[in-house]
Amino acid sequence: MSQNDSRTTPFDTLLVANRGEIACRVMRTARAMGLRTVAVYSDADANARHVREADEAVRLGPAAARESYLKVEAVVEAAKRTGAGAIHPGYGFLSENGAFVEALDAAGITFVGPPASAIAAMGDKSAAKARMANAGVPLVPGYHGDDQDDALLKSEADKIGYPVLLKASAGGGGKGMRVVEAPEQFQAALDGCRRESQAAFGDTRMLIEKYLTQPRHVEVQVFCDSHGNGVYLFERDCSVQRRHQKVLEEAPAPGMTAELRREMGEAAVRAAKEIGYVGAGTVEFLLDKDGSFYFMEMNTRLQVEHPVTEMITGQDLVEWQLRVAMGEALPLQQDELTITGHSFEARLYAEDPEQDFLPATGKLERFAMDLKGAGLDPRQVRLDSGVETGDVVSMHYDPMLAKLIVHGDDREQALSTLNRALAALDVQGVVTNRAFLQRLATHPAFRNVELDTRFIEKNEATLFAPKQYSIEEYAGAALIGLNQLARECESDSPWDRHDGFRLNAPHTIRISLCDPAHVQDEESVVVVEGTRASGADPWDLTIGNETLTARLQHLEGDAVAVTLNGHRRRLQARRDGNVVVMVDPRGETRLFWRRIDAIDHGHHEAESTLTAPMHGTVVALLVEAGQKVEKGMPLMVMEAMKMEHTMTAPADGHVESFHFNAGDTVGQGDVLLEFAPVE
Amino acid sequence: MAILNTQVNPRSDGFQANDKAMRHEVMKLRELTAAISQGGGEKARTRHESRGKLFVRDRIDHLIDEGSPFLEFSALAAHEVYESAVPAAGVVTGIGRVSGVECVIVANDATVKGGTYYPLTVKKHIRAQEIARKHRLPCIYLVDSGGAFLPRQDEVFPDREHFGRIFYNQATLSAEGIPQIAVVMGSCTAGGAYVPAMADESIIVKQQGTIFLGGPPLVKAATGETISAEDLGGADVHAKKSGVADHYAENDAHALQLARACVSRLNWQKRGQLKMQEPKPPKLDPSEIYGIVGTDLKKPFDVREVIGRIVDDSDFDEFKRYYGDTLVTGFAHIHGYPVGIVANNGVLFSESAVKGAHFIELCAQRKIPLVFLQNITGFMVGSKYEHEGIAKHGAKLVTAVACAKVPKFTVLIGGSFGAGNYGMCGRAYDPNLLFMWPNARISVMGGEQAAGVLAQVKREQYEREGREWSKEEEEAFKQPTREQYEHQGHPYYASARLWDDGVIDPAQTRDVLGLSLAAAMNAEVQETRFGVFRM
Repeated sequence: MSQNDSRTTPFDTLLVANRGEIACRVMRTARAMGLRTVAVYSDADANARHVREADEAVRLGPAAARESYLKVEAVVEAAKRTGAGAIHPGYGFLSENGAFVEALDAAGITFVGPPASAIAAMGDKSAAKARMANAGVPLVPGYHGDDQDDALLKSEADKIGYPVLLKASAGGGGKGMRVVEAPEQFQAALDGCRRESQAAFGDTRMLIEKYLTQPRHVEVQVFCDSHGNGVYLFERDCSVQRRHQKVLEEAPAPGMTAELRREMGEAAVRAAKEIGYVGAGTVEFLLDKDGSFYFMEMNTRLQVEHPVTEMITGQDLVEWQLRVAMGEALPLQQDELTITGHSFEARLYAEDPEQDFLPATGKLERFAMDLKGAGLDPRQVRLDSGVETGDVVSMHYDPMLAKLIVHGDDREQALSTLNRALAALDVQGVVTNRAFLQRLATHPAFRNVELDTRFIEKNEATLFAPKQYSIEEYAGAALIGLNQLARECESDSPWDRHDGFRLNAPHTIRISLCDPAHVQDEESVVVVEGTRASGADPWDLTIGNETLTARLQHLEGDAVAVTLNGHRRRLQARRDGNVVVMVDPRGETRLFWRRIDAIDHGHHEAESTLTAPMHGTVVALLVEAGQKVEKGMPLMVMEAMKMEHTMTAPADGHVESFHFNAGDTVGQGDVLLEFAPVE
Repeated sequence: MAILNTQVNPRSDGFQANDKAMRHEVMKLRELTAAISQGGGEKARTRHESRGKLFVRDRIDHLIDEGSPFLEFSALAAHEVYESAVPAAGVVTGIGRVSGVECVIVANDATVKGGTYYPLTVKKHIRAQEIARKHRLPCIYLVDSGGAFLPRQDEVFPDREHFGRIFYNQATLSAEGIPQIAVVMGSCTAGGAYVPAMADESIIVKQQGTIFLGGPPLVKAATGETISAEDLGGADVHAKKSGVADHYAENDAHALQLARACVSRLNWQKRGQLKMQEPKPPKLDPSEIYGIVGTDLKKPFDVREVIGRIVDDSDFDEFKRYYGDTLVTGFAHIHGYPVGIVANNGVLFSESAVKGAHFIELCAQRKIPLVFLQNITGFMVGSKYEHEGIAKHGAKLVTAVACAKVPKFTVLIGGSFGAGNYGMCGRAYDPNLLFMWPNARISVMGGEQAAGVLAQVKREQYEREGREWSKEEEEAFKQPTREQYEHQGHPYYASARLWDDGVIDPAQTRDVLGLSLAAAMNAEVQETRFGVFRM
């Protein structure tokens, strides 16, 4: 039996072998097409949104992905139990796993994706490059050999010339990937990559490539059916990345000529056809300043950022996938596809950009987008999310919470909508990169299309500059605080009015504010003194030598109007614990309100312990207990959220004792080791 | 419902003149209060701050619930009393809400004479403790004081109401179940050491607080031992060795946070029970009181116009309106609390006195708090009134006022002269709190009357001796008496000597009374037993 037969089997039930936003997104289209939907879940996701939205759901196993979402037999068994005739793998997990596709073929279940052979052809990056060269697809100079001897790899890297990119052959998604700037860093980078690659893919083979200094990441969406048709749905620019993880994507890529678009598109279709591709695929290129482009890799699945293509083409790519999987021909020919307007996607991650993008966990106290309050047209904004208010973000999976996708007539307009929509997004309870996304999207260099895969590194100084607050920001936060106090009355007692009554003086309330990153730093505290003659009057807010007359008006939702000295501004005012959050389309301001009981004044003892920043696993102990170390030296490596985190010495001194060994699981806040600084 | 109508015309010349004069007085009061709140001057403040200590009012700000009111007492204490300035008598007292509980706060200001106790400092401290007892309010002492002001030891140390009374009060207040919490934020020397030592719970600040019976100089003199203040009685000594302090604070802010935590653990329940209404602001504008009352005591006004600007919804249910109408009595609510109001509207006659006694009986029976609005030149004099027994009728009012055990609050909104002061719950009648407006005057009689009486006596003496006394001579004789009465009857003079609990802005009267009533509800409203009413 050829696999084409199983592909043409019609199906009425679709199992989505994934979680989070992509599972929800795939099921949305499946439902619209009249299919019954089946979700699968791990113990951590028993009540997750994708489970709630599915018609049926089947438990796969414990929380760890390798015991649930990555477990081929369990997924196949789930499909059998529910009578699912097809499985959509989403992205990540089993989406590019040839063994999985073979298992489905054997079970007579349709895989919504390419044949195992195509996955295998692209899955091994070194082999893929060779085939691409044959098909006339341009390649970046590099080493893709099987000989993985350290010294040989080093000499190949030297030959190519630094900087080079070290990449796990089996890898993807930024794991097991590092840039090596100089020969002496090569060995350490190689060890790190191999460790990550081993953990992520069970494979340590590496490839090396020339690292272009100002390349853009431009990828082409291709689609092939089982009848030999292939089209490209234009390109996406995904240059804004951090640690090789995409953050902001857009389509079309700015500055493309029709000719270059066609050249790249046709090269991408050639690449797909070379390996007998079927379904949705993405061919990633590095686009150099001079317009030359190099094949990087092909992703044999639906991409995270596929919605921007949907927005500009008006097509539903999941619907295309399902139709192709049902054996239908592609819905449209190449000359029937056009680009309308411009689209952006911003990825909302549960992570802390201020702490080196450390993944964050917790309960989403609020997850909402107030489109009305932000004055947005719902047709121009799409939020693909896998979570809702009340959901728990766990340590087990990728920290991406949602994707915000916008559309506009042109780049300028779409960008403005993106900024407004980011402002309207209200996430509380879990730290996210929302404000960072806003800083990116409002950055002049981004607006001016100074795109480059190292955009974030190059603009680090302005993206991460220590926050300087304006008088207006302090005043706005204080006003929101004063308003909050007035609302905290619990009884009719005049003592409960929180109006700052003082005898023979105006009502007076002081609000202490500081940068949320420096809560314990008394020096950074700014006191805003609010005074007014009576409850009906506006507040006079005094900050240093300046006094502003301030009034606050509640609008719909959490939108408020703050009027300072007659200048009225509309913004979203929120509270995140003791942090006052003010968001408008120009950005977000967060100020910590040092409420009377918010500061632990007792914490003055020097820290002599190192605690785990999150749940995870200890990978390696890098020094011996008792060994003298210098400040900043790595002491211990832990892995969490599939990323490595290194604990470094807080000062010169030595480790008294480690509390965990390699392989141990640690909880957030666990004391990892005792450190004795030199007195 | 009996919503008061107003006859006031804010555009009239009289109103405008009154308003201007009263605003001027209020402005002066605010400026003086602001100056006093700066404590002991720039040099002392700089020194205080350089030690990492918070200023006394900032300490209170850190102690009380965020944004909550602070009802300060007697900010004018010791004003122009001593040869050098002792702002607020060096101690800030008042009621503030801490962790949801109204507390009396007594906080030394170390920028004023090192926080040492002048005679009026002692009086103010003891008065705050009395208020705590009467209202059943926990006490928090923020201690930062060098102890008694030694040059005036004879006025500070030996008598019943002197320094020792502070510790007597701590013991007896604690015995009544009123918590005593001390925060040692500076020196607690000699007698002062007993404040934390007598407290139920005490907190001491590292490197700042010290407690010892004898300081290092005394120790050196007595025993020859040389020791630093910190080693003798600092936080480490008392929190770790002696056990004199219970909680160890890293700094002022931490100590105040610990004090808040102490209060949150009191398991405090209010005991007063009043049938409340939803609070409503007055329909009439409280700031119009300025234009109604003015500063000229000789110009009469209808006290109902004042009541209508103090009580909820301007709703005043008058009792015996058409009988003895120089005393206005009736029921109303202030910030939702029911009150009985007794207010002067002219000189007291027999009828008005009897009516007042009757109304006080009603309130005592029903356990409704009383508010006295004093504006009284006295009881009517003359043969007609003496013969009808105004003395015994006045005595009924005085008996009723003295014996009523419901919370009583007195505001001097005009004159407070002679026996009128007694009948209208003056200081001697133990009102829970007593406040004065800046236009008020208090003395045994008016300056003019006193000068007249003295001149009359003098004239009789001259006549007996057959000497001439010219009009000019008489005028010259009367002037010093007038001036003396004007000076001594002034609210600042009175408040400086703690004859009241503070001079207040008339427009804040409603809030002051509301806060006072709410605080009073921490204590159970007592049964009243009246003495013999002479019939």
